[in-house]
Formats: sequence, structure tokens, C-alpha cells
Amino acid sequence: MQLDLIAVQLFTGVALGAVFVLLSIGLSVIFGMLGVVNFAHGAFYMTGAYAGVFCLAVTGNFWFALAAVPLLIGALGLGVERFLIRPLYGRGPDYPLLLTFGLGYVLVEAVRILFGTDGMPFDTPSLLAGGIDIEGLGYFPAYRLFVIAVTALILLLLWLLLERTRYGLIIRAGARDPEILSILGLDIARVWLLVFGLGTGLAALAGLLAAPMRSVNPEMGVAVLVEAFVVTVIGGMGSLLGGAIAGLLVGIVVSLTALWMPQMSTISMFALMTLVLLIRPQGLFGRGLSR
Amino acid sequence: MAEALLEVADLNAWYGPAHVLQGVSLSVAAGEIVALVGRNGAGKTTTIRAVMGLIANRSGSVRFAGAAIGARPTHARFAAGLGYVPEERRIVPGLTVRENLRLGLLACGLGAAAEGRAIDAVAQRFPRLGERLGQEAITLSGGEQQMLAIARALLSQPKMILLDEPSEGIMPALVDEMAELFLELRRGGMTLLLVEQNVELALEISDRAYVLDQGRVVHEGASLTLLADPTIRERYCGV
Ligand SMILES: Nc1ncnc2c1ncn2[C@@H]1O[C@H](COP(=O)(O)OP(=O)(O)OP(=O)(O)O)[C@@H](O)[C@H]1O
Ligand SMILES: [Mg+2]
Repeated sequence: MQLDLIAVQLFTGVALGAVFVLLSIGLSVIFGMLGVVNFAHGAFYMTGAYAGVFCLAVTGNFWFALAAVPLLIGALGLGVERFLIRPLYGRGPDYPLLLTFGLGYVLVEAVRILFGTDGMPFDTPSLLAGGIDIEGLGYFPAYRLFVIAVTALILLLLWLLLERTRYGLIIRAGARDPEILSILGLDIARVWLLVFGLGTGLAALAGLLAAPMRSVNPEMGVAVLVEAFVVTVIGGMGSLLGGAIAGLLVGIVVSLTALWMPQMSTISMFALMTLVLLIRPQGLFGRGLSR
Repeated sequence: MAEALLEVADLNAWYGPAHVLQGVSLSVAAGEIVALVGRNGAGKTTTIRAVMGLIANRSGSVRFAGAAIGARPTHARFAAGLGYVPEERRIVPGLTVRENLRLGLLACGLGAAAEGRAIDAVAQRFPRLGERLGQEAITLSGGEQQMLAIARALLSQPKMILLDEPSEGIMPALVDEMAELFLELRRGGMTLLLVEQNVELALEISDRAYVLDQGRVVHEGASLTLLADPTIRERYCGV
């Protein structure tokens, strides 16, 4: 096998992995803090891509969409947590699980009604349309480079938020022991609200970034939700670093198997997950069952 | 007589069908140390968790500093001036000693400078914590963790502090230090409700005491009287 093919495929894997990372962070932090298995996460991802289509149709400006979509869908997430999920806390994990499961279908249907059942084209923004040709190594599309850079930036910002700010301290403590936060005077409901909004905003950003790389259609969130769950399980629930590494790992494994054994590319990530779980049941960077 | 700082009346609590508090009433005046004793499973922890609003299934009235707080969420009870040191200490793993202390200040909305000064003050008062501010908090010894939990609850300068078995699993020398701290806090005007398995200790430093048994107050009175009366202790406080 030629080196250039492998290099390009690795690069594709990292870009794909970046999307998984953005998606799994929200999934993982929402589960870690709220105890909610968010089955609507894939639908928020899909909604993000369509919100991008809409923004682009209205303004024609990709950069505006990049800023507006996470805010818009993040706000939708705030509403969902506040009015649909919050009444279900304290009734066991199956209630929010069923609710988000149904909500996912509602969002998909809403998009089908508004935008039709067919896929939508989503052009690569003209500024990023080209690529970089490295002699002897291959052609690397600029847009994928951009996706990787945005994800790295988001990870850096999240790390700063978590480690350097009081909100980060609240999130880190709340993931371990939410009750102690209310004992110490914090309104934990507000923390959960913001965490849910942040997670859905990141899912929408992932959907928007993926739109020019993968096709935009109402079902695009279904497969990716499974992929995000796999990443979250491999990385370990509640670990930012774990999510980042597992996302890249899954992206690379999926695209390399697509190169060598295309028929195995979907199965490969499950094989990876099985392997990791056999060796480390709590995931690569998970804490296991504490408390 | 002026109204007590904390006035609990006819408190009931259930865990599922189990009716574990059956009409508990107690009051604590400002500046008092009041002990709440009783054998394992008597309902001591449930009583103070209910006072903090942490028991879902409850009835009864809780008045604090002249206001009915029985329907308020836990964080609002903190805001009213109730500090609480829970039974299992609840030191947050993964955070340093300093970060655990900062948790006690989050709701106060201080700036970074004022926060730093408050933590410096704690470091002076509890030198053992002061030397270990950067250490991961769950690596502290049991006694140090208890001091950390108490210090964390004191940082917001509450009017009253509820302590659930602070002496549990702590070496005797530290227990004396802790008793000294409680007396010193009272001299500074603090009010304390002290739940203890160590009945001797609790009665020695408290002004009044309530004895709880099977979710009911079975005895109340001056601590000195109880201390002098071995029969009540034998009947209700045997472990
Ligand atoms: N979460 C719970 N679910 C069900 N029952 C509980 C729960 N917590 C406590 N109980 C029961 O309620 C009763 C009172 O418990 P509580 O913890 O208030 O007692 P306690 O006086 O604090 O005991 P200890 O001295 O052992 O701490 C006990 O019978 C206990 O088994
Ligand atoms: Mg107890």
C-alpha cells in the first residue's frame, strides 16, 4: 500500500474523529452530570446541519452560520432541558431516556416537513475550498484541516473553562457530587441547564462542520449517534481527554479499515470498543464507578 | 422569650413506606450548642438532612432566623445562613484542598482576591490544611478531611452550622482539637447543632441535648443533667 494513500486516509480519519469528539463531549458531560442518556443528541447534530443550511440560504455567509448555529441550537437545548427534562429528574433514568428518544424522532420529522426528505447539498465555503498538495504525500483538503483546527480550539477553550474558571470548578465538582453543590449554596438546576445547553450547542457545531464532508439529510444523526456513544464508552464517561483521544482513535480506525477492508469499516469501531472494554471496563480515561 | 434561631416542629420523613421521622420537634437558640444523640438508625442524619431540605418525602415546619424555610430548596437554606457538614464529609475527589475550600465560597460571589484572602485565613486557622492546599483532597487523612469539610462549611460565615458525627473515625487528639474549635466558634457567636455517636463528647461541650429514638424525641434537657444520668444514656444511646 502506498504511503500517500495511508497519509490521506489518516488525515480523513482525524477530521472525522474531530466531529466525533465534539459530539461525544456533550453526550458524556450530559450523562456525567445530569445522569441523562441523551438519545436526542444525534438529532441536535442533524438540526445543526439544517440550521446551517437555513442560515446559509438567508445570509449566504458560512462564518455567520458557524457562530449562529451553536447559539441557536444551544438555546433550543436550554428550552428542552428546562421544560421537558427537568420535570423528570428524580424519577429514574428511564424517563429522560424515553423522552429524548421521542424528541429525536420529533426533530427528524420536523426537519422532514420543513426541508423535505431528500438530502441537501452543502457547499464547502469558498475560502476553504482548496487544499494543500504535499509532494509525495498527497492532497489534503483545506476544509478538513479547518475542522481539525476548530475542534482543537474548542478543546483548548473547554480545558481552560474547566481548569481555570469558577464555572469549571462547579462542573468538575458537580460531575462527582451534585448534592454538595446545593449544600454549599449553588442552584444545581441552573448548572444542569447550562451544561445541557453547552452539550447541544457543541452537537450542533459538529453537525454544521460535518455538513460539507458528509451528506446533509434528516437521518444523518442516527448513525452518528451510535458512533458518538462508541467514542464516549471507549474514552470513558465524563472525561474530556478520553473523549478527545477516543474520537480520534475511532475516526482513524474507521477510515483506515475503509481503505483496506471496506466491508469491515462499520464493524471496526465496535471491535475496538469491545477490545477496550475487555481491558478497561471503565473506558480509557474513565473513573470507573466512584462514590 | 425570643424566637429560637432554628425552630423545627412536627418533622416527619419517609423513605418509601418507612416512616423514619415521626413528629420531631426541636429548637436551637442563637449562640447555643445543642447535641442530638441516639443510637444507630435513630434518625439523626435524617433530621438534619430534612432541615437542609435534602429529604424528598417530608412534612413539618422549619423556621430559621424568623423565616419559614421548610418549602425552600437546599441552596436557599444555605443562603439563609445554614451551614451543613454531612456525615460522609463529602470531600470532592479529583479536586485539591484549595479547590474544595473554594467550593464553600462559590455562592458568595467573591472576586478572586477576596477569595484568596478567605482561603489564606483558613490556612492560618487550620495549619494542617494550609500546608496541603495543593494536595488532592481525598489523599488527606480522615481527620484532615473532617477539618476540611468543617472549614469549607465555615467559609461562607453561616449563622448556624449543622454537624453530622464530626468525631467519627478520628483519633482522640484531633477530637479534642475539634471540641476546642466548636467551643471557640460558639464564643464567636456561632450556633451549632451537633449530631454525635460520641455521647460523652457531645454532652460535655453542648448546652442542651435531644435524645432521638426510632424517629421520636424521647428526652430533652440540659446536657449536664443527661451527663449525670447514666440510665437514659444506657437505654437510648447504646450502640
Ligand atoms: N436512603 C435511605 N433509604 C432507606 N432507608 C434509609 C435511608 N437512609 C436511612 N434510612 C433508614 O432510616 C432510619 C434512620 O436513618 P438515619 O441515617 O437518619 O439514622 P442515624 O441516626 O443517623 O444513624 P447513624 O448513627 O447510624 O448515622 C434507619 O432505619 C435507616 O435504615
Ligand atoms: Mg447518621
